[in-house]
Amino acid sequence: MSNYRYQLGSHVYKFSDLADLMAKASPMRSGDQLAGVAALSSEQRVVAQMLLADLPLSTFLQETLIPYESDEITRLIIDEHDAIAFAEVAHLTVGDFRNWLLQETITEVDFKRIRAGITPEMVAAVSKIMRNQDLILVAKKCNITTQFRNTIGLPGHLSTRLQPNHPTDDVNGIAATIFDGLMYGSGDAVLGINPATDSVSQAVKLMKLMDDVIQHYEIPTQSCVLTHVTNTIEAIELGAPVDLVFQSIGGTEATNQGFGVNLNVLDEAHKAALELKRGTIGNNVMYFETGQGSALSANGHHGVDQQTCEARAYAVARKFKPLLVNTVVGFIGPEYLFDGKQIIRAGLEDHFCGKLLGLPMGCDICYTNHAYADQNDMDNLLTLLGVAECSFIMGIPGSDDIMLNYQTTSFHDALYARQVLGLRPAPEFDQWLNKMQISGTDNLTQLNKKLPDSFAQPLKMIKELS
Amino acid sequence: MNYSKSNKPTDPVEIDESEEIVHQDAWQKLRQFTDARIGLGRVGTSIPTAELMRFQLSHAQAMDAVHVPLDVNQLAEEFAQCELLKPYLPLYKLHSKAKDRIEYLQRPDLGRQLDDASMSALKPASDTRPYDLVFVIADGLSSYAISHHALPFLQKLIHRLHQDSDLQGEQEDAAKGRLKSVPQWHIAPICVVQQGRVAVGDDVCETLNAKQVVLLIGERPGLSSPDSMGLYMTWNAKRGIEDSLRNCISNIRPQGLQYDAAVHKSHYLLSESKRRSLSGVNLKDRSQDSLLDNTEQQYFCLTSDNNDLPINH
Repeated sequence: MSNYRYQLGSHVYKFSDLADLMAKASPMRSGDQLAGVAALSSEQRVVAQMLLADLPLSTFLQETLIPYESDEITRLIIDEHDAIAFAEVAHLTVGDFRNWLLQETITEVDFKRIRAGITPEMVAAVSKIMRNQDLILVAKKCNITTQFRNTIGLPGHLSTRLQPNHPTDDVNGIAATIFDGLMYGSGDAVLGINPATDSVSQAVKLMKLMDDVIQHYEIPTQSCVLTHVTNTIEAIELGAPVDLVFQSIGGTEATNQGFGVNLNVLDEAHKAALELKRGTIGNNVMYFETGQGSALSANGHHGVDQQTCEARAYAVARKFKPLLVNTVVGFIGPEYLFDGKQIIRAGLEDHFCGKLLGLPMGCDICYTNHAYADQNDMDNLLTLLGVAECSFIMGIPGSDDIMLNYQTTSFHDALYARQVLGLRPAPEFDQWLNKMQISGTDNLTQLNKKLPDSFAQPLKMIKELS
Repeated sequence: MNYSKSNKPTDPVEIDESEEIVHQDAWQKLRQFTDARIGLGRVGTSIPTAELMRFQLSHAQAMDAVHVPLDVNQLAEEFAQCELLKPYLPLYKLHSKAKDRIEYLQRPDLGRQLDDASMSALKPASDTRPYDLVFVIADGLSSYAISHHALPFLQKLIHRLHQDSDLQGEQEDAAKGRLKSVPQWHIAPICVVQQGRVAVGDDVCETLNAKQVVLLIGERPGLSSPDSMGLYMTWNAKRGIEDSLRNCISNIRPQGLQYDAAVHKSHYLLSESKRRSLSGVNLKDRSQDSLLDNTEQQYFCLTSDNNDLPINH
């Protein structure tokens, strides 16, 4: 008999278990409806949120949403839980926890102390009873910095991944897009290519291309080819210049099986990349991507709502001390996040949950052409995440990814966010932009009107297409 | 301390009246190497008006591709005028269980199944001699892909399949006792499904008892490719079959994979599938193997200085 019941007037609301309560308390989204776990009415949703607010945080240590025996992510969360760190907030309910987080006197110093004691489920639960402004306020207080060749996530900074994708991985097309991005001050988080052809030889070719550029111009940044982790391990064995290891991850063992990975493989890749010692100022060598809906899409959600599954993915991420974690929020399509409103809410939730759990969260602020969203929705989310001091966003020419067929933030968009919010690129990269005279030399503008001489040279060398 | 200095008012003395408000990027010639929206220029740091309008038009077209319904009657008329396709007409007009676009977008499971009326309508079309092949056309996420490309592509592919049949007779005369027989194609009536996803072809294949299904579908439209058509080929398809048992050819359109190249690939895959009685991950597309070893020419190198590349103005 479940303890999760609530009488409102003459109606008794019952929830079958903790997973059911969590799902019903989730703000509305199409993916939970598709999975058949969403609240059936607005009243039921709020009743679930009220019950959740009264639930002690410690409940999540006693009652697992996915059985310990059948899921290695649950085992990771339970086995690595730090009871001493938890002690400070152990007496709180989910509702109290929201209050605790919002106090003006509570800062990153306090978050750091309790971080190893809070689980993804606790963080997901509290996010469900927080408004958007709460998610922004608390995330902004989190201060997560990571390093490889530069410093990502300092307060007052916003970094970008330069994403020079091309539908056939054409080296000229990719080089042209990297050029465009660098001239717009993009690429301090990473130069990161999604290859069109997912093979080791292709990955190595692209790694070399980016490594040449980084070395030639002495750019304080890192590169990554977003290929399967096993391909990257092979590339490392072949002696390829691997800076960051990429992998898509999810919050259940079954989801990760769908991605063809598990904790062991990730551990192997992490160790291999660490041994290369290619970072100059830091050792964060992993780049993870996540996104709500991946568990349902892989049929690996166990009746758990998509936002909670997403938060569980952050337990996987934080085990490997990544340089970057990117929630690709609108990519999956309207069957998971229907419209701009749902995409914006999910982006803020993911950023908050990741940051509170200690991750360098960035966001691929994006939508597909079959979702009910447009550039204005992306402007809204970009501005909100900018205020929340999101670690990094994507940068792509004119918002149009011609390989993946979706729209994300452009080089121009990042400059907009930096301008209206007074944000800077990673400091090492900022200095480089100055040194190379890509930044405006007048101290009034972000970009130089004149093409720097060192970049004029390759343009002169173009061979004519036959 | 972190505030951008651009917040300060600009000293009017520094404004150069001769300059245009829109700053043009000096690297526009790099556009020859990619369809990506590079070298857009900027006004301040923002997108110039002309480029903004160009983007909005592309997005509108991509949205329309998703939401403008496929005109199946128009499509049927166009097919009817094609002599080559006559044996496989009239088109069977079918519908998935997703009743409209909104339901289609939110319930992928319904778009994967034929509705009951379509099932009943289709049953009489089955043949005592099993079909080798059934073509199914589904609107998918782009009606434009289907209205632009389904007919011209299918004409070329069926024309190619007809050549197989012709060859067999001649070869039997010329070289008796050949081990490998050239396939002949017994093709079912062509079906078109509204609000259909890839797996809806499985229901058609199973109902008609065909050996394999080729499904043409409107792909998720990109900003620069609102009418891209995909082709999925599945041997012995039936409801619930795994996606790993399909072969896919993507981005069929004149600016992407051109009709003739797509016909070449599909003909290769269909013939191999028929010969080996399978499709999916175990059937690799080697139709391009001879073309793959061409070495990629490098015309633009970001790291080239004076000695790297021959200058060619």
